[in-house]
Amino acid sequence: MSTIFERTDGLTDKQFHYCPGCTHGVIHRLVGEVLVELGVLGKAVGVAPVGCSVLAYDYFNCDMHEAAHGRAPAVATGIKRVLPDNVVFTYQGDGDLASIGTAEIIHAAHRGEKFTTIFVNNAIYGMTGGQMAPTTLIGQKATTAPYGRDAATTGMPLRMSEMLATIDGAVFVERVTVHNVAGIRKAKKAIKKAFEVQIAGLGFGIVEILSTCPTNWGITPVESLKWLEENMLPYYPLGNFRTPEEGK
Amino acid sequence: MAKVLMKGNEAIGAAAIKAGCKFFFGYPITPQNELPEFMSRELPKIDGVFVQAESEVAAINMIYGAAGAGARTMTSSSSPGMALKQEGISYIAGAELPCVIVNISRGGPGLGGIQPSQADYFQSTRGGGNGDYRHLVYAPSTLQEAVDLTIEAFDIADYYRNPVIVLGDGMIGQMMEPVEFNEPKKRDLPAKDWATTGTEDKRRPNIINSLALDPAELEKHNIKLDNKYKAMEENEVRYEMYKTEGAELIFVAYGTTARIVKNAVDALEAEGIKAGLIRPITLWPFPNKAFNEIPTAKALVSVEMSMGQMIDDVKIANNGKLPVHFYGRTGGMIPTPEAIVEKAKEILGGGK
Amino acid sequence: MATEKIIMAGFGGQGVMSMGQLLTYAGMIENKQVSWLPSYGPEMRGGTANCAVIVSDSPVGSPIITGDATTALVLNLPSLVKFEKNLQPGGRLIINSSLIEKKAEREDVKAYYIPANEIANELGNSKVANMVMLGAYLELTKIVSVDTVIEALKKVFGPSKADLVPLNKEALSRGAECVK
Repeated sequence: MSTIFERTDGLTDKQFHYCPGCTHGVIHRLVGEVLVELGVLGKAVGVAPVGCSVLAYDYFNCDMHEAAHGRAPAVATGIKRVLPDNVVFTYQGDGDLASIGTAEIIHAAHRGEKFTTIFVNNAIYGMTGGQMAPTTLIGQKATTAPYGRDAATTGMPLRMSEMLATIDGAVFVERVTVHNVAGIRKAKKAIKKAFEVQIAGLGFGIVEILSTCPTNWGITPVESLKWLEENMLPYYPLGNFRTPEEGK
Repeated sequence: MAKVLMKGNEAIGAAAIKAGCKFFFGYPITPQNELPEFMSRELPKIDGVFVQAESEVAAINMIYGAAGAGARTMTSSSSPGMALKQEGISYIAGAELPCVIVNISRGGPGLGGIQPSQADYFQSTRGGGNGDYRHLVYAPSTLQEAVDLTIEAFDIADYYRNPVIVLGDGMIGQMMEPVEFNEPKKRDLPAKDWATTGTEDKRRPNIINSLALDPAELEKHNIKLDNKYKAMEENEVRYEMYKTEGAELIFVAYGTTARIVKNAVDALEAEGIKAGLIRPITLWPFPNKAFNEIPTAKALVSVEMSMGQMIDDVKIANNGKLPVHFYGRTGGMIPTPEAIVEKAKEILGGGK
Repeated sequence: MATEKIIMAGFGGQGVMSMGQLLTYAGMIENKQVSWLPSYGPEMRGGTANCAVIVSDSPVGSPIITGDATTALVLNLPSLVKFEKNLQPGGRLIINSSLIEKKAEREDVKAYYIPANEIANELGNSKVANMVMLGAYLELTKIVSVDTVIEALKKVFGPSKADLVPLNKEALSRGAECVK
């Protein structure tokens, strides 16, 4: 009998605490698989954020460091500068990376720190209960935007990948989605590429992954996949924004 | 080893390198700038790393990462920058990581000034960050002491897996004195088998963390930390007694203020007035026991470059036995020996 | 010698800080207890600069000099106005008369007038006015030997500026002549 599907060694046996229909689980698995496939799990040090994935340190089967809210890129900088031959990544949500940690992510990119950031964008604060994020869409309701996000008072949603792509040190920037199978396959390719860029010592790499939050969006898991496609994709276009020239 | 003439900020940097610190993360702020400048010049020569962070917040979190990766690491700042670092210090204490943090303090609150001040006593000794934690605070009075304590701070940090603060003021940072770099006494230090250096597929993953959502688990962690702090109180208290034998009046002062008070004690002695000085070298743990060694004292005076912060600890240590007076200048103004002598006469006169 | 407490002051760029460091360095070489404390402020260039140097046989207490300076070397007028009052009775006030027309006001101090810039210009380099002042001070106090100051200077300058040593030596000696 041949094995068709099995658990990855990149993750521990610990059961996820994520809500039903949340795509964090898929993204965790992709990262774990990539670390194993690249043969770097034993050299990997991950930095967990504050947010829904705060407990990521229990899930990734490698050395993990829990950071303060938004500071994962600074912590990763400290680790990578001490251990330049290790493979270092941060795993951050949109509140962590696009709000409280904007300075840290921009300057890690600006310095060209040689680590990889997995940026999970679900357009809302999940763990604290559905508050508005910088990435919340116009009109989208949140517990701190009960009438829907209003551009006049809260601005337009931040496009982090586009912003980071303007920084020379950010050599790999790509936005992907995990709301369908084709998207998941592309997401894995991008994650792998981002880690390869780090291993080659080329600079900072980030993969922004559009993700769902059925619980705080207030819809079913299946509806949330559709909502992502219909609402997030038009505002957050998929695609590669920066990639190192081949052969460099 | 031969003495060299150095600025305080540079001497502290050289001491850190002597102690094996190869990773420095900092952000510019007066009056400590010579320290990161020195590190940026010297660390590349020994294969070390200097990073100018985008903020003090980032710098302390880089320290958090570097310490977690097992390195000897240091950052430095001055008062308002130290306020920003408190987040990271709390996490580092919670996650039990070693590091050394230098505060070359200045006047406050807010942006304050840039002249010497001791207004960060509370921030340093009470835990400027959130949660139940403590850390050692060294307050050197001379540059030689700053060098010796900085070197030792790395061992102490490693030994207890806890951050150590070296608290100077603008005067310690800016002045020059001859210093020599001596070997510290050898300590048996535990292996850093907790560091996140990669499992190499040979061990279970290490996790550096300060989160504990289960209250019972967190309480257990807090008690473990507290036991560690009690051990520091037991073993790491340091102070100097200066002419306290037979003294009627006991000054309490630390850092550069203690130097000024020594001049005042000498001047009083010349006039036949018996005064002495308790100089805390560790501000936390505070040298409570020193206050049991002054049987002839009739009064205490806390002398500070603040409106009175250490005086709280003096009162706790004194435990109601003697009257406690205060003399302080603040905002970057520096007490003169003459004014301290006057204060002493006023207290002794008033007591008669 | 018990304790020499020297204030050195002038415009930024007149070399008062380096003059102070040199004396401190020389004191250290002669195994004396020394300290050097600069004023520091937001202005990087052009403002007034001063430093406090203590050279003593016993450990230095406070590195600050308030009302008990044994000597003040003042290289410009604002420094004279500011620091004359910091001298202890009987202290020395060494005034750069090239730039300061005003005389000492206090009668309980000994004033010396050194045309430091004129002498430096005669030597062909206005930058050594500070060394002329220091030369006068060393002659008056003998606190450290001129040879030690030269030794310290060689260490501070390093091999790349070794050719400047004779000029500085000459400046020290011309300063000394003014008070002989």
